[in-house]
Amino acid sequence: MPLTYLDEFRSAPHVQRLLDELNERRGAELKIMEVCGTHTMAISRYGIRQAAPRGITLISGPGCPVCVTANADIDRFIEIAMLPGVIATSFGDMLRVPGTRMGLAEARSRGADVRIVYSPLDALKMARDNPSKHVVFFGVGFETTAPTVAATLLEAHEQGINNFFVQSVHKLVPPALEALCSMPDLDIDAFLCPGHVSAIIGPQAYKPVAEEFGIPCVVAGFEPVDVLQSLIMLAAQVDEGRSEVELQYSRGVRPDGNPQAMALLHSVFEPADAEWRGLGIIPGSGLTIGDRFSSHDASVRFQVDVSYSHEPRGCICGEILTGVHTPRQCKMFRKVCTPDHPLGPCMVSSEGTCAAYYQYED
Amino acid sequence: MCLAVPAKITEMENQIATVQVGGLSRQASTVLLPDAAVGDYVLIHAGFAISLIDEEQALETIRLFDEMTGGMASGGGGA
Ligand code: SF4
Repeated sequence: MPLTYLDEFRSAPHVQRLLDELNERRGAELKIMEVCGTHTMAISRYGIRQAAPRGITLISGPGCPVCVTANADIDRFIEIAMLPGVIATSFGDMLRVPGTRMGLAEARSRGADVRIVYSPLDALKMARDNPSKHVVFFGVGFETTAPTVAATLLEAHEQGINNFFVQSVHKLVPPALEALCSMPDLDIDAFLCPGHVSAIIGPQAYKPVAEEFGIPCVVAGFEPVDVLQSLIMLAAQVDEGRSEVELQYSRGVRPDGNPQAMALLHSVFEPADAEWRGLGIIPGSGLTIGDRFSSHDASVRFQVDVSYSHEPRGCICGEILTGVHTPRQCKMFRKVCTPDHPLGPCMVSSEGTCAAYYQYED
Repeated sequence: MCLAVPAKITEMENQIATVQVGGLSRQASTVLLPDAAVGDYVLIHAGFAISLIDEEQALETIRLFDEMTGGMASGGGGA
């Protein structure tokens, strides 16, 4: 039977045994950051944050691409969406994220042609089908997503689909982790590293984090057994004074990642400095479209003014994304800010920390 | 957003795979995973296959987990 192994990774008795194992640990207090938004959601949904034994605290990190997108980048895309003759395409997660003046959903209600796509290839098809329109795709996402956009740009280029554009705000995870590690008040003992980002970049990309900054890393899968087993592996590293990169999610991640996807990514994009909500500008942490494809670069093709941009007032998403605060420490949480009336991106995205806490943890 | 779902490739033509996800049939590009073939399990993200799923590794993880907790995770089979 296909994929029956998945049951093993969700089995309640297995989960209990792993929790018992964790509970037997007698080491020092541990703060573990789950870097990836998909982990945040899994950890919240399966109640792992509360079930984790005393002495182990799980903190959410900057791993939700929608949440770390700076307001200026969102505003820029919305301004482009409002231009005549533009079809603005985006993954659904971005639709309800508020920008400085409005979000994409509001832009749509004001007449912008905003369409949600499941794949960048869908956006390319729209460009093919609407030759008189400019179809602009909002390239949001980490290394998991960037190769899919690179492949789409390559196809647009090869087929001469000149009305297809990408606004790239793609970001890279290892530079962000290294920036976090360099923060003077960082209080994290170990990283639970993203599974699907690692399927592309390979676990060794975290080597500097483990070796230079001395923070243990485990690349983890997304089922409850994966997460708990990874926590045990991280605790063992700390307790034994080791600091390495280990791979728990070996069924989905090859030791060298996906070299073809990386090659494609590098043939289309170039590393650049990028602004992260909460972390500021991190050198070499973003991807811009390389010269060969600049005719498809929305930031070259459309000049818009977003000098009015600022982060939402009263929202502490920035501190939440760096693990300094939890949603409960935000005065707006639940009172003013809810999934129906989100103030910041962390409440909107299905993977945002505030949304996860709102839905599962109170 | 980095969600990727496991799926089985049932057909393939010009680097476009037909995959089965939870009983539904979908199309996915294999340009990022050129070695993928009919019958393989892959992870699908944003309309692309991004990684092969290795069932042997899945079983190995369960075996390690078994060792870790000193039990018989797979119900006494010991495999
Ligand atoms: S609860 Fe709302 S306002 Fe507070 S940090 Fe989260 S998203 Fe921002």
